[in-house]
Amino acid sequence: MTVVKQEPGRDGADDSGMPGGDDDYVPSARRLDRERYKRARSRRATGIAALSTLVTAVVLYVVVVNAPGWPRTKETFFSAEYAREALPKVLEGLWLNVRLLLVCGAAVLVLGMLIAVARTLRGPVFFPVRALAAAYTDFFRGLPLIINLMIVVLGVPALRLQGVTVDPVLLGGTALTLTYSAYVAEVFRAGIESVHPSQRAAARSLGLTNRQALRHVVLPQAVRRQVPPLLNDLVSLQKDTGLVSIGGAIDAVRAADIIVGRSLNYTPYIVAGLVFVALTIPMTRLTDWVTARMDRRRAQGGTI
Amino acid sequence: MSDAPKAAEVSEASDAPVLRMESVRKTFGGSPVLRDVDLEVAPHTVTALIGASGSGKSTLLRCANLLEEIDDGAIWLDGEEITDPRVDQDAVRRRIGVVFQSYNLFPHMTVLENITLAPRRVHGVGRAEAEERARELLDRLGLGARAGEYPDRLSGGQQQRVAIVRALAVRPRLLLLDEITAALDPELVGEVLTVVRDLKDEGMTMVLATHEMGFARDVADQVCFLDGGVVLERGTAGEIFGDPRQERTRRFLRRIVESGRL
Repeated sequence: MTVVKQEPGRDGADDSGMPGGDDDYVPSARRLDRERYKRARSRRATGIAALSTLVTAVVLYVVVVNAPGWPRTKETFFSAEYAREALPKVLEGLWLNVRLLLVCGAAVLVLGMLIAVARTLRGPVFFPVRALAAAYTDFFRGLPLIINLMIVVLGVPALRLQGVTVDPVLLGGTALTLTYSAYVAEVFRAGIESVHPSQRAAARSLGLTNRQALRHVVLPQAVRRQVPPLLNDLVSLQKDTGLVSIGGAIDAVRAADIIVGRSLNYTPYIVAGLVFVALTIPMTRLTDWVTARMDRRRAQGGTI
Repeated sequence: MSDAPKAAEVSEASDAPVLRMESVRKTFGGSPVLRDVDLEVAPHTVTALIGASGSGKSTLLRCANLLEEIDDGAIWLDGEEITDPRVDQDAVRRRIGVVFQSYNLFPHMTVLENITLAPRRVHGVGRAEAEERARELLDRLGLGARAGEYPDRLSGGQQQRVAIVRALAVRPRLLLLDEITAALDPELVGEVLTVVRDLKDEGMTMVLATHEMGFARDVADQVCFLDGGVVLERGTAGEIFGDPRQERTRRFLRRIVESGRL
């Protein structure tokens, strides 16, 4: 066997493709030829990709740098000096965004689940609950987040209610939770409906009540399936926490805003933007990883 | 309500039917699937429902378990009318085990969790006790080593045997088997049918819808041929397979024989 493998082994990729085992298999000339061709083709593809990337980068660079307003733009948006000044303040503000994400994220998951379950309740008693839940999702999915924020953050304090907070962070968080709960409720509901009715039938035929079937059989499967879209919504929530700055809460965006207002240099916005991107990238990668893992499970014949 | 004492009396007699159906009618979107079905299942007997696809076998089983609501007629379980709308349906289902054609195991639970779910959540059995009984049943069916696996790691035959264990774990009064070998590869059918044979020997009362005529002939005490939503012919396995009286039964069996399945 080893003797046989020596020769094609020179072509590298062959080794992994060779079925080992005890038979005296010798790759045919046809196979070697086929694999040689595939390798040549893949080398060619890599070369083309590298070349086209390089060309694109050069073209972009030349176009941007030769733009008539480039020196001015560079000074206004990409000033190293202002970036150094802004970064610590922006990071300080970012801590507020992170806390908002954690608190709102948890609240959104709980509220979204409650609304989704409310929409699946059967029986005439629950008609008002169902109707309310449906109206809620319809309304808050349609209402632009920025308008929702302005109504809550600016409108609630204007009422001058006793004992109701006027803190822009709390109010902003409330507005975010209201909107995102509607999105997440729909994600959960789609998950619940995607569980095959035969699962419910099996649970009921074991004597489980409707509620027990939902709790032990339907919801666990629904949640598992909806992990990728849920993470997607969390990524979205993460960047939208930047919108609480409209009420004056000092988050990363507002921190940048303050410096911009003083210096009339926009570099702090770029810094804040990049910081948000840096924060969402791990989350996005996590989403991709989880999705890929679940796809793999399904490909193996899992029914989840 | 006046027949409540009568029902108790009846269920004490050893030969009183476990399941009785009278004039059951069930339609789906206007087309009748069961038109006028009568059925009696004596304790410790096996009843096989045979008939072409769409003859109503599965629907009959689903009605018996109240997964489908019947349009007319009545069904009794141990003398209690379970089609009375005042009856607690969950309580009725607790006394009936069902095994489905497509196994319907819960994919997010291990084999052991699948089996202990109902004993623990419905019957309030403690975890340790429920697991002990589950392992005992799994061992008997040769699946002891699979207790910690998820269903998608098992073969179809293993999954179906787990589904049978799951149904048995709550010690049902009656077991309904809905074409339990129809989704299996031919070489896996045997292991599942062996389990059913063993259950019969232990005295389990069963109703099974099946296309396995050879199996129905071997194992059934009573065979019912369903056609056009009625039980067209019923009798012992010998009578139905040996000397069917109805022309349609004869024709159905001839088709089965011609396709090499008997």
